[in-house]
Amino acid sequence: MGQNCRVIYCHCAHARIISDDVKKEVLEGLCRSEMEWEAVSDLCEMAARKDPALAALVNGQNLKIAACYPRAVKWLLSSTGKNVDISTIQVCNMRTQTGGDVLGELEQEAFEANLPEGKGKAPVELIEESSEMH
Amino acid sequence: MSLAVSKTLRVIIYEGAGANALSEEKRFSIVGELLSRGFEVTRIFEWENLQKVGERIRTLVIGDFGGNPPEEHKQTELGESSGIYDISRDGDSSEISQIVGEMSEKIRAENDLFDHKAWKPWFPVIDYDRCTNCMQCLSFCLFGVYGVSSEQQIQVQNQDNCKTNCPACSRVCPEAAIMFPKYKSGPINGDEVSSEDMQREKMKVDISSLLGGDIYDMLRERSERAKSRFSKERDSSKALNERQKCLVKLQKDADIPPEVLMSLPSPDEIQKRAVAASEKAEAARKAIADKAKDTENPDEPAA
Repeated sequence: MGQNCRVIYCHCAHARIISDDVKKEVLEGLCRSEMEWEAVSDLCEMAARKDPALAALVNGQNLKIAACYPRAVKWLLSSTGKNVDISTIQVCNMRTQTGGDVLGELEQEAFEANLPEGKGKAPVELIEESSEMH
Repeated sequence: MSLAVSKTLRVIIYEGAGANALSEEKRFSIVGELLSRGFEVTRIFEWENLQKVGERIRTLVIGDFGGNPPEEHKQTELGESSGIYDISRDGDSSEISQIVGEMSEKIRAENDLFDHKAWKPWFPVIDYDRCTNCMQCLSFCLFGVYGVSSEQQIQVQNQDNCKTNCPACSRVCPEAAIMFPKYKSGPINGDEVSSEDMQREKMKVDISSLLGGDIYDMLRERSERAKSRFSKERDSSKALNERQKCLVKLQKDADIPPEVLMSLPSPDEIQKRAVAASEKAEAARKAIADKAKDTENPDEPAA
């Protein structure tokens, strides 16, 4: 494909909720392709760490993300403190789609934003708080 | 180290001008190895396609440079450099991936970077399209996972305080706005919320009984009794069975892992935390109400 968007693959390394076969098929396909991509060990972990690499990706360019449910991905990305432009993100759900289907969507030219619409906004700043509740 | 200030390593596989393309097998082997160790991997053909990501990221560039690796300044523009590694002479796929994996671990250890294996990222994610800012989750959580922003908006502040595999707070949310992306089923896992979900009994845990600490007290008490019996009885499996029976109901209602229930603090401490959480939520609600009042009556002096 003529790469008009960034591709992100989430390995969901800390849980077994995505079939190993699906992940392998998608990752193998990406490695076989001529695309540039970002492979991240765990999108949840990156979001929790407010990883600047993740925040930098959500910058208005089109993104195709192979991960899990679009609703979860939308609010994981928002938790980095960035306003997410939902028209720029397409999520391929490795929990419900086959590896072949996910790979097909990542590789094809067509881009179909599919994050759920809504008016909600995540707080943009975090308050440093030393919790006494551990 | 706080999650939000932790540094990480990003490994860049460069296959652009000046480098030979890796074989599919080699690429897959290296990426798989790095991902399993928790590192992020970027494949690029042009340096310009990488974005500067700030001081919290170190970068290690690997590529088949045929003995002539590029100048390091390309990389330092992107973040703190941990060097460029030429894999042109390093053997087969498994050998190379092992070398790169170990090298990355070494960089991580030497620079005190985030240890990806140390924490399973299990924490609530709020769907603000559904959230009504009712603060039920803040009142409910005993572990200080939730807090409020300066605008008095509920937010997840201490992700690593969350108890792994416990989705209990999502059960008390009246709007099904709390997700745990690694949960087994929907809508808690992020799947769409259906009207059936909203009606399902398991989505409506009796909040009053949970907030009052009664269930926590009961569990703790019964757990202590079982522990005591466990120490007195030779038949350890019998005592264990008894403990497990005690927890079945709550586990079923809220899908709380037994290890979370077993590790609850003392009844006094639970009560203290429940009160503190409730007060925090109440303070946030009051601030929201005051703000709304100020907006409605801007000229009225504050009470």
